[in-house]
Amino acid sequence: MADFVSGFWNMYVMGLVALSLLFCLFILMSNNKRETGPVELHGHVWDENLAEYNNPLPRWWLYLFWITLVFAAVYLVMYPGFGNSKGVLGWSAVGQYETEMRAAEARYAPIFAKFQGMDVAAVAADPEAQGAGKRLFVTYCAQCHGADARGAKGFPNLSDTAWNWGGEPDTIKTTITGGRMGMMPPFGPALGGEGVKDVANYVRSLSGLAHDSLRAQRGAELFQQNCAACHGPEAKGTAAMGAPNLTDGDWLYGSSEATITETVSNGRTNRMPGFGEFLGDAKVHLLASYVYGLSNTKPAQ
Amino acid sequence: MQSQATYNYKVVRQFSVMTVIWGIVGMLVGVIVAAQLVWPQLNLGEWLHFGRLRPLHTNAVIFAFGGCALFATSYFVVQRTCHVTLFAPALAAFTFWGWQLVIVLAAITLPLGFTSGKEYAELEWPIDVLIAVVWVSYAIVFFGTIAKRKTTHIYVANWFFGAFILTVALLHIVNSAALPVSLTKSYSAYAGVQDAMIQWWYGHNAVGFFLTAGFLGMMYYFVPKQAERPVYSYRLSVVHFWALIFTYMWAGSHHLHYTALPDWTQSVGMIFSLILLAPSWGGMINGVMTLSGAWHKLRTDPILKFLITSLSFYGMSTFEGPMMSIKTVNALSHYTDWTVGHVHSGALGWVAMISIGAMYYLIPRMYGKTQMYSTALINTHFWVATIGIVLYIASMWIAGVMQGLMWRATNADGTLTYSFVESVKASYPFWAIRLTGGVLFLSGMLIMFYNMVKTIAGEKAYNAPVIAPAAAHA
Repeated sequence: MADFVSGFWNMYVMGLVALSLLFCLFILMSNNKRETGPVELHGHVWDENLAEYNNPLPRWWLYLFWITLVFAAVYLVMYPGFGNSKGVLGWSAVGQYETEMRAAEARYAPIFAKFQGMDVAAVAADPEAQGAGKRLFVTYCAQCHGADARGAKGFPNLSDTAWNWGGEPDTIKTTITGGRMGMMPPFGPALGGEGVKDVANYVRSLSGLAHDSLRAQRGAELFQQNCAACHGPEAKGTAAMGAPNLTDGDWLYGSSEATITETVSNGRTNRMPGFGEFLGDAKVHLLASYVYGLSNTKPAQ
Repeated sequence: MQSQATYNYKVVRQFSVMTVIWGIVGMLVGVIVAAQLVWPQLNLGEWLHFGRLRPLHTNAVIFAFGGCALFATSYFVVQRTCHVTLFAPALAAFTFWGWQLVIVLAAITLPLGFTSGKEYAELEWPIDVLIAVVWVSYAIVFFGTIAKRKTTHIYVANWFFGAFILTVALLHIVNSAALPVSLTKSYSAYAGVQDAMIQWWYGHNAVGFFLTAGFLGMMYYFVPKQAERPVYSYRLSVVHFWALIFTYMWAGSHHLHYTALPDWTQSVGMIFSLILLAPSWGGMINGVMTLSGAWHKLRTDPILKFLITSLSFYGMSTFEGPMMSIKTVNALSHYTDWTVGHVHSGALGWVAMISIGAMYYLIPRMYGKTQMYSTALINTHFWVATIGIVLYIASMWIAGVMQGLMWRATNADGTLTYSFVESVKASYPFWAIRLTGGVLFLSGMLIMFYNMVKTIAGEKAYNAPVIAPAAAHA
């Protein structure tokens, strides 16, 4: 695809580039006099004693300038740079990327492909696969989930047994392939400040955290009316929609009353990007096995 | 009886003193952000967070320290080499107060988080408007003084100052074009890769004209003055001046190698960056060779040491820059601390050292003297600063190359050998060395401040009489 919207801009750019190179050439040629005899002062004096000799251009410097000009001209012939010219080498940044990716694919694909036919649990038990999986995880996943997979606020811990979207091998693969979009709507407007506090106290009571029992009692009722649709009547969560289990002591954003109040009032929106298209099935399979293995340490025999 | 006409030293004096003060402020913020990299817990609250202090550091050292040095020296040099007092003195006074206001507004708004998000052009639109007004006033004062000069030829230093003033006006106005949505928020007039290209056309020419052409103007006055020798070659100054200002304009796209910028733009940026090597070295040669016949003065004159060392660093960074603009090298160096080291070899080694040398020449003369309070302290400052720079640059070279190599290292299965955080961890020792270098450089500025106070204390402000131009030699 051409980089210019019309032929005019192509000519314009070529003209300017050529003009700039020719200008350098011109000032070099027009000042390239070899003097003989003693070097004179240029003939003007400023501010009492400021004067200038008129030494010729140092030859080595002149050659350096020439070399860069010749390099520039040759480069413009070889590589894209002179307007729409593609250069005789046919190089392009996209082409270089595609070539390198093809070479990498040819070299590395077999390493990952050999695990693709194996069962996730079996791959998770294979030390070689686990090593490769860990390296993939550290490259692509550690930025959010941490190198140790223990997550951070808003980024799930993958090393424990709590799963917001489900921890079956196929579910983990679905998560990695397509990503996940979690959304809890804000309940502040519906519940009001007091209602939110009541619900927060009830939610804390579910995992045995300190709470105001009167508020928790009122909150239980509000919970059934407002929250149970997603989190379930027993607050055990609904993996199909990523609604977390609120009774297991595992917290994505934090368990303090203030944090839960914030969550209930404002809701939460969270997104994990999909990696399927970028990594391909073989690497996703290996990654899923690695993640599965983190919390299923007893290898399946 | 009418008293003899004098040069306008008042505005030079004001800018000179503020150069030292803003230098200390800007470098102190630099030391703080360097310390925050070593000890992240020093990020105390949002106002003092690295992300907000870092632009404050760059703006303070470039525009407050460097800017005041350029105003002071250009106003001094243009008067003395044109043999007339400044044109429009009231406007010159306005440029001083206007520029100080810009700096104070920057120091308030950047920590508060008001930013346009463009590197080295972070200030929001009302401050940008003020900068434009001050800058146009500056141009009127400078070119007005040139116009009423008593000499036939314009001295070479003024070519560089003139090119710097004109180009910075153009760069600032084009790059800052934005649509304001409120007093403190605006959106760039350009979008996507065009915005990036305009930004780096500005960004690299800020280096090329603000930090190079302007300081070459400084060099062309203070080096021959301090060495008491004629400039080496008029012809070389003509060639390197025109080649420099013609090619710098093209180089900005080397900041956007391997991005969405079209291939042709990247190539053109690279070849013109390479061509820049010779014109840049032309300035270095002309400065260093001016010393022929006066090399012995380096032994005893620490001001000359500052000036000549600055030219050495200038030559080194203008060799390094073209090399880093080569795509293959850039693929390793980009986004690493190598770039930070390169910038500082230019900023500390070239810009700061030549400014410091010029200020040591200027400050006593603003009070009718020819010497600072203590020459020994200038010498101390020189060595402290030089060691500081060497520590800074060397640590950033090692850290940068190490980061680049760690990021591209792969295992046998094509996965990355190192996670990003491992490269951060490996960088800590070098960041600590960099901090040491920065502390040394800042200490040098504090020595300078003491020396300046002792020089000025009890002295009366002085305005030298305008002298008639000497008759031409030939």
